[in-house]
Amino acid sequence: MAAGLILGACGGGDDDAATPAGDVSGEVTGDTVKVGVLQSLSGTMSISEVAVKNSELLAIKEINAAGGVLGKKIKPIVEDGESKPEVFAQKIEKLITSDKVAVVFGGWTSASRKAMKPVVEGANGLLFYPVQYEGLEVSPNIFYTGATTNQQIVPALDYMKEQGLTRVYLVGSDYVFPRTANKEIKAYAKANGLEILGEDYLQLGDTNVQGIVQKVLAAKPQVVFNTLNGDSNVSFFKELKAKGNTPDKIQTVSVSIAEEEVGGVGVDNLLGHLVAWNYYQTTGGEKNAKFVEAFKAEYGAEKNTADPIEAGYNSVYIWKAAVEKAGSFDVKKVTAAAGGLELDTPEGLLTVHPTNHHVFKTARIGKINAQGLIDEVWNSGKPVAPDPCLDTYTWAAGLATGEARAECDAAAKAAG
Amino acid sequence: MSILVPGTDNPWKARIAFLAFAGGLLALPGLLGSPGDVRQWAEWLCYAMVAVGLDVAWGYGGMLALGQGLFFGLGAYAMGMHLSLEQVPDGSLPSFMSLYSDYTELPALWRPFQSFWASAAVAVLLPMVIAGLLGLLVFKRRIRGPFFAILTQATAVIFALVLIGNLKLTAGFNGLTGFTTIFGRNKYAPGTNRWLFQIAAVGLLVVLAVAMKVVRSRYGKLLVATRDSEDRVRFLGYDPALVKTVGFMIAAGMAGLAGAVAAPVFGIVSPGQFDYLPSILMVCWVAVGGRGTLWGAVLGALVVNWIRVTVSSSRPDDWLYLQGLLFVVVLAFMPGGVAGALRSWWAWLASAVAGRLGTRRTAMAPAVEPLGETA
Repeated sequence: MAAGLILGACGGGDDDAATPAGDVSGEVTGDTVKVGVLQSLSGTMSISEVAVKNSELLAIKEINAAGGVLGKKIKPIVEDGESKPEVFAQKIEKLITSDKVAVVFGGWTSASRKAMKPVVEGANGLLFYPVQYEGLEVSPNIFYTGATTNQQIVPALDYMKEQGLTRVYLVGSDYVFPRTANKEIKAYAKANGLEILGEDYLQLGDTNVQGIVQKVLAAKPQVVFNTLNGDSNVSFFKELKAKGNTPDKIQTVSVSIAEEEVGGVGVDNLLGHLVAWNYYQTTGGEKNAKFVEAFKAEYGAEKNTADPIEAGYNSVYIWKAAVEKAGSFDVKKVTAAAGGLELDTPEGLLTVHPTNHHVFKTARIGKINAQGLIDEVWNSGKPVAPDPCLDTYTWAAGLATGEARAECDAAAKAAG
Repeated sequence: MSILVPGTDNPWKARIAFLAFAGGLLALPGLLGSPGDVRQWAEWLCYAMVAVGLDVAWGYGGMLALGQGLFFGLGAYAMGMHLSLEQVPDGSLPSFMSLYSDYTELPALWRPFQSFWASAAVAVLLPMVIAGLLGLLVFKRRIRGPFFAILTQATAVIFALVLIGNLKLTAGFNGLTGFTTIFGRNKYAPGTNRWLFQIAAVGLLVVLAVAMKVVRSRYGKLLVATRDSEDRVRFLGYDPALVKTVGFMIAAGMAGLAGAVAAPVFGIVSPGQFDYLPSILMVCWVAVGGRGTLWGAVLGALVVNWIRVTVSSSRPDDWLYLQGLLFVVVLAFMPGGVAGALRSWWAWLASAVAGRLGTRRTAMAPAVEPLGETA
């Protein structure tokens, strides 16, 4: 178990002998410190990821304008992941070993994260991953600033149950995130009296949705839990509407459609449908008003902010706070300093979990309005503690096995 | 034929060129310095192996194989499965399987890959067997040209779909990853990239040497003859279907070997790497470099990928257009590719020099000289 070895190595005190790739923890030359920004700037994911790159650069610009980190200006090195996992693996290796960046902000799909994980672990780099994901992972070298399952999917299920939407149909893209999410949803449904009427998958990018929509309509669910990603959403919602469906007949709850995607799918097709996230452009608070204003000033008034965009922005500030607390750019010291940090962010007070590298997040259910923005209809009231292996839920027993189990156990052990 | 096609008029020139190339290749990591660059070049050398094989099939054999991703992918997955198992204790499930499947013990399909040699053998032989069966099926029925191209392309598409559809066995779209330890070494330790580069370099040299031997042999002449006039070869008593099938198998085996070497270099194998788009790109490398010259294939794979990485980092939006433009320009103005252009330039230079010295002009035959005509 290589992961176990690395976890063991990192838990082994302060000796740097365990660092396999030598001095890669941030080359600080003169008055600048290099950081990597690695998002897909071309390929299918670029419509989502370019905006995240923009928010990360915005945060860097703001920090530099305010004097930098530890008195040093941040110099971003932007790389294109090309929407291909193997390119993410190659580029992050280049950023860490050749450019010697102190930290990398990047990734979107779980495929890209899984591709970068062994590299940051092996080369002892540091990665901030800004998107909600399927959980069951705690890498000692990654901070997860988007939601894990129990901060997005589980609250969405709670909300559905509370609203009496118990006849559920699962639709998703055929890859790891939807498959894993649906596995978790089925475990939840069994324990909470939800009825799963069907489960269907489309290839990523497949727009041939008639068959699935027909099956959904025939099954007459109250709600479709939608984990489709990318172009399939456009066809799916168009077809659903064309067949005469409205949210009061069959409601949908989507976990991969945010403000950025609403425009692409079409406001008309999504009006009144539900989504689950931790932040919306409409989220209240002075900090968010400032963030939205700065984002629009930098990139155009028509550009909206969204959950992953905000999480990317927060990532840079979390790293800055951790560096300042550690008084160093060293990966191990920064990682140790990050645990327990509290920051005022656009989504509200954000706390970094002391050991598991995730952040506390308020779950928010939103409804898509006629302006293409999202109005919050429910929230969890307070930030939900991240639980990547779902250990606090009895229905989830046995979901986290193998590597995920080992990683969560190591994080729990670090907590003492 | 030409000075750039080794071993035709003067085998010693070819041998010296080969040795010079080998020396340059093995010295390259020292010049590159940064481990990221060394890893990058190791990847490109694997692509060059695929290109050399494809050139045997397409450049010399006239078979436009648009689905080499299938064979490259089979090789990569065979080695990727072995590496996935290397990360966990003997007999236990690879990490993705414990997350996404209900298997309690290693499925039968995975068991052979616990052994390195079995994995390596599968990586090279399975593509050859599949190419052999596919080739016989297709060529015996005298299917050729665009029909063969479309058929091979379809096999690459099917391969990717099968990989994505069988999440529990293949990790689906995410692919196999997490190769922190490769053959007992830490993948991200400083020396590992150089070590991988050396393996890829030796692999490329072996592939190149075999390809040179093949195209210079009697069989190689028969392959070119079949390309240029299949019917005449048949009238001479040879079976063109068999000749082409063997050429296609050689290309498949080389792609498989390249995949097996590429898996530890990539650190990840996922369906998108072996789909129809990358397969078409492989043809572009050969076309840009110069089909029908093995050095051209190597050059094409290295040059196109070098441009890709350089341009896609600095101007990601422009890369696809540039790639299309490159292909169109080469096809329209340099049908012999970069190697062809270099050769005509060299020929022009040689004849100019020869003319000035008053000696006899060196005859330069085109790369696609129809050897069949002389038979």
